[in-house]
Amino acid sequence: MNQVGGELMRMLPFLVAAWLFVVGLYGIVTSRHLVHLIMCLVVVQTSTYLLLLGVGYRVGGASPIFADIPVGTRAVDPVTHALMLTDIVVEATVMALLLALAIQAEERAGSVDPDQLRIMRG
Amino acid sequence: MNTFLPATPVAVPLTAAALLAAVNQHIARRLADALALATSCYCLIACLILMFRSSHGLIVYWMGGWQPRNGAAIGISFSIDPIGAGAAAFASFLVIVAFVFSAHYFDSIGTLFHVLLLAFLAAMCGFSLTGDIFNLFVFFELMSAAAFALCGYKTEESGPIQGALNFAITNTIGAFLALSGVGLLYGRTGALNMAQIGKSLGQTHDGLVVAAFVMITCGFLVKAAVVPFHFWLADAHAVAPTPVCVLFSGIMVELGIYAVARVYWTIFHGALAQFEAQTRAIFVAVGVVTAVIGAFMCFAQRHIKRLLAYSTISHTGLMLIAFAMLAHGALAGLALYVLGHGLLKGALFLAAGMLLHHLGSIDELKLRGKGRQSIAASGLMLFLALGLSGVPPYGTFLGEALIDSSAEKLHYSWISYIFMLAGIVTAAAVLRVAGRVYFGWGEDLDRSQQEEGETDEGRETAGGEIPATMFIPALVLLLLGLAVSFVPGLRNETQSAAMRFMDQGAYQQQVLEHAPAAQYQPPAEESLLVPMIRGLVATFLALVMAGLVLLPHPFKKGIEGFSGGISFILRPIRILHSGHMGDYVAWLTAGVAVIGGLFAYFIH
Repeated sequence: MNQVGGELMRMLPFLVAAWLFVVGLYGIVTSRHLVHLIMCLVVVQTSTYLLLLGVGYRVGGASPIFADIPVGTRAVDPVTHALMLTDIVVEATVMALLLALAIQAEERAGSVDPDQLRIMRG
Repeated sequence: MNTFLPATPVAVPLTAAALLAAVNQHIARRLADALALATSCYCLIACLILMFRSSHGLIVYWMGGWQPRNGAAIGISFSIDPIGAGAAAFASFLVIVAFVFSAHYFDSIGTLFHVLLLAFLAAMCGFSLTGDIFNLFVFFELMSAAAFALCGYKTEESGPIQGALNFAITNTIGAFLALSGVGLLYGRTGALNMAQIGKSLGQTHDGLVVAAFVMITCGFLVKAAVVPFHFWLADAHAVAPTPVCVLFSGIMVELGIYAVARVYWTIFHGALAQFEAQTRAIFVAVGVVTAVIGAFMCFAQRHIKRLLAYSTISHTGLMLIAFAMLAHGALAGLALYVLGHGLLKGALFLAAGMLLHHLGSIDELKLRGKGRQSIAASGLMLFLALGLSGVPPYGTFLGEALIDSSAEKLHYSWISYIFMLAGIVTAAAVLRVAGRVYFGWGEDLDRSQQEEGETDEGRETAGGEIPATMFIPALVLLLLGLAVSFVPGLRNETQSAAMRFMDQGAYQQQVLEHAPAAQYQPPAEESLLVPMIRGLVATFLALVMAGLVLLPHPFKKGIEGFSGGISFILRPIRILHSGHMGDYVAWLTAGVAVIGGLFAYFIH
């Protein structure tokens, strides 16, 4: 039983990541407000954070800062943290740009409802 | 300088962009133009040097000198081969064209356009040169962010904002998909260098590897705009400033295919080797659907830039088919096809931009007969349209010939008919535009169809006669598109470059173990007679098709009935292109599910 529980705990971050990805997509598909839609995109993005952290996690691992712990101590993988930080930085740019576009959409088209923003079609 | 040369196509334009952004308000427009042009010329030269040097073996550059230890990569590498460097060089060239063309553009807004375009260039170069998969993702996102901003550059209008939003949201989801795949691969192999991942994976092909493959491939295919990930492309191209469209259609979309090919041949080839037939069948199916839908949607448009955008979708479908052959002949053909297509499509967008500049509209029906005085422009568009159908001696023809002969050996010879069909329909659509705008042919109809959205676009310039800075770049693109197939030894060089691109073992050894480069003997050049006849037939049929639509003839009734039938079939497909973001994302999800499902079904 304990083993099953351990296996489940090991899988948990990945299951949550998959759920966040899908639920974020659902939010985007059904959204009626651009800001809400962009926040749903952020939810999709959080799934990638969780995936990367889950990949780098080691049970019982210390922080990977080898200043006050001896070299060779079991530590979590710092590379995935670096990847996640890069991901945050890159996506912060994209989200800021998207929010700026949403403001412009309100100013030019007078709406932030994707149902109303459909002059490109056919 | 020589040691750092591989890093400069990224570092130099980024530095120039930062510099221009800093002095944005305080610099004369022409000075900014000169600096931007000089930077992109530098990138072109550097990438060409890298291309020629790497034709005898990969150039592997480790950032900060972090060489691999005991065959394990610890740093980030640029692993440069002629195809990657060639893509970067072509991107630089198109950026030069865009800068020259936009000399009369955007008079009032300082140098932000230059900044964005240079950042875009840096990202495209890095994307083509890198040998590290996380690096690939970062450059993908930098490229995307710059492209979103460039697409929505004309913020005073509603169309560009909406087009940019659709573009940004679908492509960002694609990037997340790719990143998730990268995370899974890292979890399995503990590596980010593509050579290292491929080496660690070896022959294993369990569920996780297939899932990572599907996620990464679909992520990049969103950028490549294959059906059903293609909806953003038509919206983005219809609204982006013309010089930006040249880059979008000419190289950015193609880089999506490039990334799929690069990832397949460096990482997944070993793991999926025994499923080559299934992989081929799935990608061919997706490519054929894309090519056909793109072609007919193209013919149905009256917004000229949107028409060209759908033609690009059709041609990326063809490019995906070429990749799907998974053979060096087809890959070499693909490289030449991308070059030939990019030159022609770039010039076509410039021709559309000239119409917008000169006549203030981009609506085919509104422009009927308005271009009668522009003899040079009409000749330009006619010659460009012929190139789309793959007639010799355009670059598209040479690429198509290589792809066809490679497909024939794999018992996929029927795909040459898909190439012909897409070529005929897209060329006929452009010929129809030329006939209507420059010769005033075709009825002066104003059938406003319900499913149609925006059919026109606001001016981008002050208007007036067409200046030389607009016409000459388009002419140069056309002439290069014609001259490409006369370059001596081009076919052989591309063939050996393709063989190098596909040799996973040699790639790993050269990147990780400093192994000496392998040399490749390209197969003997085959006769071009059959492809030539095929190309001529396609061009003839394109002319007939455009003529049947435009000119008076006794079968007019029959043709109208026929095209009515086509419109009837096309109608539901056009309605699917709803301009609604949620719909686009739903299609994207469905596409990933279908492609993933197919791979899961075929690969156990």
